[in-house]
Amino acid sequence: MTNRSPSPIILLGTRFLSPYIMVFGFYVIFHGHYSPGGGFQGGTLLAVSLLLIRIASGTQIANLQFKDYLATPYAALGVVIYFGTGLVAMIMGGYFLDYEQLPIPGLEAADLRYWGILIIELGIGLTVMTVLTLIYDNMVKGEDYA
Amino acid sequence: MFWQLELILFIFLLITALIALESKDLLVAAVMLTLFSFLMALLFTTMGAVDVGFTEAVVGAGVTGILLIVAIYQTTYKTED
Amino acid sequence: MKYLKLLLIIAFTLLLLFAASDLPYRGEADNQMNQEISMTGTPVPGNYYIQEAYNDAHTPNIVTVILGDYRSIDTLGEQIVIFTAGLIVFLLLRNRKEDEENDQ
Repeated sequence: MTNRSPSPIILLGTRFLSPYIMVFGFYVIFHGHYSPGGGFQGGTLLAVSLLLIRIASGTQIANLQFKDYLATPYAALGVVIYFGTGLVAMIMGGYFLDYEQLPIPGLEAADLRYWGILIIELGIGLTVMTVLTLIYDNMVKGEDYA
Repeated sequence: MFWQLELILFIFLLITALIALESKDLLVAAVMLTLFSFLMALLFTTMGAVDVGFTEAVVGAGVTGILLIVAIYQTTYKTED
Repeated sequence: MKYLKLLLIIAFTLLLLFAASDLPYRGEADNQMNQEISMTGTPVPGNYYIQEAYNDAHTPNIVTVILGDYRSIDTLGEQIVIFTAGLIVFLLLRNRKEDEENDQ
């Protein structure tokens, strides 16, 4: 794996393919209310679009797309988004993760539940994406796979 | 769904599992495991569990293959038994 | 050893087939999980979910409502499991700075 010259066809192909996978991941997260999908699947698709660049072109170019030291803070941020939504609902007078009590003005209870589910799915997607990228970055040791 | 389609999928599932179990080359075994995951996702979809099938297709056939191949590159290609 | 492995596989396959022959058919209306009242006389929660999921959250996908609203603490536990797995991989396999400085 050490003395392999990078192929321009693979570099260009993955660079064309990666944004479309990322857009499909966002679609799966935001359209999870109407079709199969949700935070886990969409976050995994986002992670796949990052890992494709990481496999094809090595850590030097991949760090331009997503810095590897940002993975752990973003994963913690995803957990904080989920837990904070429940905590805000509890502080405003309901139960833990009771979305009816979220302080968003001008919405009825059912629509508040809709937006609460969307917020926690975003938190799940962020955590899953960064954790899978983190596992890959720490498994690759030493040499670059480009 | 048609039971004939499910039978064909089950037969291919058995074939990929046996090849992954008996192959000497670990890279072949990793690719066969991703194929196994994809056929499993199709079977979940025919059983009506679309969410589970989607998760299986994305995680089993996408990320697990990448992580297995990275683990093979860290160690060795050949198995001894 | 090889015959023992083959024997184990065949025995386990027969055991699984024997267990699967007692399962109810998939999607039948008379199954126990599709009833309104369970065997012990309590109401079945799946019945409530199917009837009231759209009115509670205005979301057509029942699976999303169950995972995100009715069973949201379970999903929080899953997310924390994934986060913990990532942290453990980070702590065990971290390789960057200290090793290179020790080598030089």
